[in-house]
Amino acid sequence: MATRTNTTDNAIRRVNLLVTTRKGMWALTSDVARRSWKLAGPHFLGHIVHHAVRDPRDGRTLLVAARTGHLGPTIFRSTNEGRSWQEAVRPPAFAPGSGRSVDHTFWLTPGHVSEPGVWYAGTSPQGLFRSADAGATWDGVAGFNAHPQRQAWCGGDQDGTPDGGKLHSVLVDPRDPLHLYIGLSSGGVFESIDGGADWRPLNRGIRADFLPDPDAEYGHDPHCVRLHPSVPDRLYQQNHCGIYRLDRPAERWVDIGVTMPKSVGAIGFPVVLHPQDPDILWVFPMDGTSAWPRVPPRGRPAVYRSVNGGRSWQRHATGLPVAQAWWTVKRQAMTVDAREPAGVYFGTTSGEVWGSRDEGRTWRCLARHLPHVYAVEAA
Amino acid sequence: MAKASAEAAAVVRVRIPSPLRSYTGGAEELLVATPVLAPEHPPSLLSVLAAVEARHHGLRFRIVDELGRLRPHIKVFVGNELAADLGVPVPTGSEVMIVAALSGG
Repeated sequence: MATRTNTTDNAIRRVNLLVTTRKGMWALTSDVARRSWKLAGPHFLGHIVHHAVRDPRDGRTLLVAARTGHLGPTIFRSTNEGRSWQEAVRPPAFAPGSGRSVDHTFWLTPGHVSEPGVWYAGTSPQGLFRSADAGATWDGVAGFNAHPQRQAWCGGDQDGTPDGGKLHSVLVDPRDPLHLYIGLSSGGVFESIDGGADWRPLNRGIRADFLPDPDAEYGHDPHCVRLHPSVPDRLYQQNHCGIYRLDRPAERWVDIGVTMPKSVGAIGFPVVLHPQDPDILWVFPMDGTSAWPRVPPRGRPAVYRSVNGGRSWQRHATGLPVAQAWWTVKRQAMTVDAREPAGVYFGTTSGEVWGSRDEGRTWRCLARHLPHVYAVEAA
Repeated sequence: MAKASAEAAAVVRVRIPSPLRSYTGGAEELLVATPVLAPEHPPSLLSVLAAVEARHHGLRFRIVDELGRLRPHIKVFVGNELAADLGVPVPTGSEVMIVAALSGG
């Protein structure tokens, strides 16, 4: 699995991908040149693994959000590269009397660098949880879970995604541990400046074609929201209704999906950002016409990259199937590494992992025949 | 309050399905003793699962949610009867069978 704890240059320069799927977790590890990849696993075979994330603060703590088709949701932890796992003593669960139960933990985010051991988890239905002991015990963030507006923000069962409403894209401002963003599907983007004690909607400028009020304050459907790590006032989101950029302290998102080709559209699930350059981002467009098949338009998958903050886009499909490819890339299933030039990776619902070591220009299949991929994280 | 004694305990056999045996050290069956405070009031399934949880922490949350409901694809039989909820009585000598029904492909 990951090699960040190894102090040799070569080990540090290898890339490790955590690939979580509907039926377990695998790891893909590259050589230094990122030409050769080795697949290891499975871990948790038979478990539905929604997300796995390595703690960048210590380089060794690995958290995995898992459940099975019949058993309830839990969190597994490892500090020895997955050789052994400990289950959370108290996994995310709503407070007694809430009337809600966690169906699955969907999203994991390590906390601020000044708060070692702090993690956040987003669940389905929409709930926010915090651990202060590296994932061993979890408590609900009452400022959100018991917020008087939570029900209005999240809506009912009809407002969720097909497998339940989700709280995702938990973003921690690297300058301020109290400054947080979250994404709700549905509900929209929300911001807290007091560590989660209170929240407010941050959705101005976002379309919501499925709501009667075109200027609704909340109720939107952000599929994936990212904050640039070195320019944290720059946010991007791939939304159910387009692609957007926000430069704080501005409050109104800018529609950068309008510059996508009309024949492709601006619908998709993931958006990922270049680790250094805040103007470079990648999306993976999906067919959002008529019955919303959510597959590559015309069965021709392509990554779209912008190098100018979304003012224009380039199509990159070299190496990808040229026709008759009908898989989906989910919101957590696309990621970048920290190398120069940046590597970009995605996993598909048909169990393939694709990678590019030239910032998305050319692609190669790194693994196939895996289960339905839910998430890919470079660790 | 009466103190539970060996004579005032309901002993039941609990059959553990394979997905939960990571919690029981691989054991397929457990013998669980649950206090009985009055003969006419045998312990409930809730009490039996509490006794199981005391020995094998974490198992209960995988089959019972935070609202106290059996999870959607979990069935529990007490003898040959499907338990409708966790309040059903479990007389001494009963066999409790936990079934994890797979869902989807």
